[in-house]
Amino acid sequence: MADTRKSSGSAVSLALLLGWILPGAGHLLTRHWIRALLLFLAITSLWWLGIAMNGHLYMPGGGDPLSILGFVGDLGSGLFYLVGYAGGLGRGVVQVATADYGTKFLVVASLLNVIAAVDAHNLRIGRKPDGRSL
Amino acid sequence: MSFEFSHFAAVLLFASCASVVFGITQRTTTRAMVRYGVACWVSFVGVVIVASWLMYLVRH
Repeated sequence: MADTRKSSGSAVSLALLLGWILPGAGHLLTRHWIRALLLFLAITSLWWLGIAMNGHLYMPGGGDPLSILGFVGDLGSGLFYLVGYAGGLGRGVVQVATADYGTKFLVVASLLNVIAAVDAHNLRIGRKPDGRSL
Repeated sequence: MSFEFSHFAAVLLFASCASVVFGITQRTTTRAMVRYGVACWVSFVGVVIVASWLMYLVRH
């Protein structure tokens, strides 16, 4: 199987960038197809469940430190955040008990996406052993 | 489309999704990934159950 590891050059961070933009996409670059699919399903499900539970998507310019922290956290979902921002998702007034859970689902999904993107990067540069069967 | 889950259902969904990500990213081999993912899931749900009972005892 072709060695997909890179140690230098502009493409070395491509897995990190792709993984941030779309959950699991970084693992496609490293040819870990099943990991990519599972990560995509898990993170995407968590994020969209957060939206469906009327969670709040933090916007830029929140003002208070917690809102800024929430915004930085939500940015970790990459393309999903852009879709939510453009589509006006996650901006409704929180009126149901599980909406707070939805907000947490959104932030955690975004942070998990960052973890997954970093994992793809580590596989790409050889810092993490392949351990391939997935 | 809007969903309203029970608190426990939300816990199960959260634990399942997070455990999949933790299992894949924190371990190397398939076997280790599955074992760690299951351990994470059990920990998530177990801690919530224990904390819930503690809160119940504190309240009552």
